[in-house]
Amino acid sequence: MWDYTDKVLDHFRHPRNVGVIPDPDGVGEVGSMACGDALTLMFKLDDRGRIADVKFQTFGCASAIASSSALTEIIKGMTLDEAAKVTNQDIADYLGGLPEQKMHCSVMGREALEQALENHRTGKTSKKIIEGKILCRCFGVTEEEIARVIRDNNLTTVEQVTNYCKAGGACGKCHGDIAALIASIQDASPPAVAQPPPAPRLTTLRKIKLIEETMDKEIRPALQKDGGDIELIDVVGNRVQVALRGMCANCQVARFTLKNVVEAKLREFVSSDLVVEEVVS
Amino acid sequence: MKAVYLDNNATTQVAPEVLQAMLPFFTDLWGNPSSMHVFGGQVRKHVNQAREQVAALLGADPAEIIFTSCGTESNNMAIRGAVEAAGENVNIITTRVEHPAVLEPCRMLKERGHRVIELDVDSGGCLNLADLQQALGLGKAVVSIMWANNETGVVFPIQTIAEMVKTAGGIMHVDAVQAVGKLPIDVRRAPVDMLTLSGHKLHASKGIGALYIRKGTRVRSLLLGGHQEAGKRGGTENVPAIVGLGRACELAAQNMDKEIKRVAALRDRLQQGIVNTCPDVQINGDLAHRLPNTLNISFQYIEGESIIYHLSDCGIAASSGSACASGSLEPSHVIRAMGVPFMAAHGSIRFSLSRYNTDADIDYVLERIPEIIRKLRAISPFAPQ
Repeated sequence: MWDYTDKVLDHFRHPRNVGVIPDPDGVGEVGSMACGDALTLMFKLDDRGRIADVKFQTFGCASAIASSSALTEIIKGMTLDEAAKVTNQDIADYLGGLPEQKMHCSVMGREALEQALENHRTGKTSKKIIEGKILCRCFGVTEEEIARVIRDNNLTTVEQVTNYCKAGGACGKCHGDIAALIASIQDASPPAVAQPPPAPRLTTLRKIKLIEETMDKEIRPALQKDGGDIELIDVVGNRVQVALRGMCANCQVARFTLKNVVEAKLREFVSSDLVVEEVVS
Repeated sequence: MKAVYLDNNATTQVAPEVLQAMLPFFTDLWGNPSSMHVFGGQVRKHVNQAREQVAALLGADPAEIIFTSCGTESNNMAIRGAVEAAGENVNIITTRVEHPAVLEPCRMLKERGHRVIELDVDSGGCLNLADLQQALGLGKAVVSIMWANNETGVVFPIQTIAEMVKTAGGIMHVDAVQAVGKLPIDVRRAPVDMLTLSGHKLHASKGIGALYIRKGTRVRSLLLGGHQEAGKRGGTENVPAIVGLGRACELAAQNMDKEIKRVAALRDRLQQGIVNTCPDVQINGDLAHRLPNTLNISFQYIEGESIIYHLSDCGIAASSGSACASGSLEPSHVIRAMGVPFMAAHGSIRFSLSRYNTDADIDYVLERIPEIIRKLRAISPFAPQ
């Protein structure tokens, strides 16, 4: 069992302010089924501009429910400016702390609050506004979001970043990028991450073996997560012929991935002159 | 508070008879079975007897049973030991739904250059034997396939699989940790070369496992530095646990057919009761090929860890394949390999029964579950209101 505080368990067992507001002044929706947690937060203002009522609905574990419940208690009665200053650490502190691996639950609360405030300001209702580059493709976390949790919580390791926003928690391909981001924010030299091996002159057999290894390590996990797969059909000179399988077979995004990600990875890890081609087989 | 333990695929209660059998080996009979004097000699007899009891449950010869420290050690010894003995060019065939104690050694061997084939399962968690046939055609192979899945209870047709492997000239290991004591097993009929079992899954203590190694099978030792276990596994014997495992195997053999029917009836009543009272559930794993004691069921719109905590508040122990419950960020690899959608995977709960469960246990669980599910769905943004 997790080492939850009594306050976490109390909010989990008796969540406060569950439900919906029929005519809300702001709504924030974050998370997804795939990620394993999701939160819808809505609030209503009184005539002095303070948060008079706030409700939530959460799909998630005990600490996700507790974090959402705590958030509603924290912001009730606040002005919008006050609410905008609430951090994920405030939510965790309110609960007497969260296990390190569960800090992402508090971040989900802060993100939902920000979106609800944004929704109030601009009327935008888009579920997730993707701004900037996605660093972690497995959980769809952007560079900006990762930078935010690093700054807010003074994070120094990739593992901490994973605990706070899930980025890097699946295939691990983005660990180097996350480490570099930490270094640029914390103004230090980047923590050591495994470097790709230098490119030697390759025999065809060796090349095929390297391609297979790279596909197994770097590419397949991400595709399999979406129920798809990739198969190496043949290597002719510098042309790598592959076929997409499963869910990926009919997916345009996967096709984009093939050219931009698979080819890039193979060039990085195997040989810089490789060209990826899709074949039907 | 009432306590109902339905997590027997994780671990089981030590049977009172097993505890009684073990106790003298902590007090009077503490000798080293390897010693030449009477302190050791009388203990040696009990270790030998335990070996006979384990062998009897499997239809094996006592000389084919090696005691280990756990199922994980047995799996490591079988896979790594057989692959090392078979040489560089041997392939490894396993499945995507194995326990990590099988998958991780296979992946390590892959890094050392062996070709590893992980067979897929269908939506019911079953294998396509044509895939196995194809994989066997790629060359000599060490095959490690589980008898029954720990998460879903799905039972693989090991008799047929072992016959295919032997016909192809391969070496067959079966991780039977979840099957021993729950299903009749007879290595005289199923031509497996090696079979793993674990004591604490069948009412013996933790810290004891065994590996059946058919005579003539070549396996390199993992633990060097002792003549024990016919030189195959060094280390002074864990005598109390070995004696306990022997007794547990004897108990499992008694009334097995009757117990299988009784436990399956309880499980089926639990399943039907949940289906009748909770809408939007799905059962994971092929109903026709399932352990008698296991029910894996997904509750839509809610997350497994929350369910487990609420059940635990009521004194009910179960487990979940959700990401949060596993302490990782991704849901169970078994459930995902079956193509179960994410939401159902995150809301999957495993109930696993034992011979100590009663009708009253099931009544109590069925009384509590609908309220827990309703409460969590009332919080969920995905549940239809």
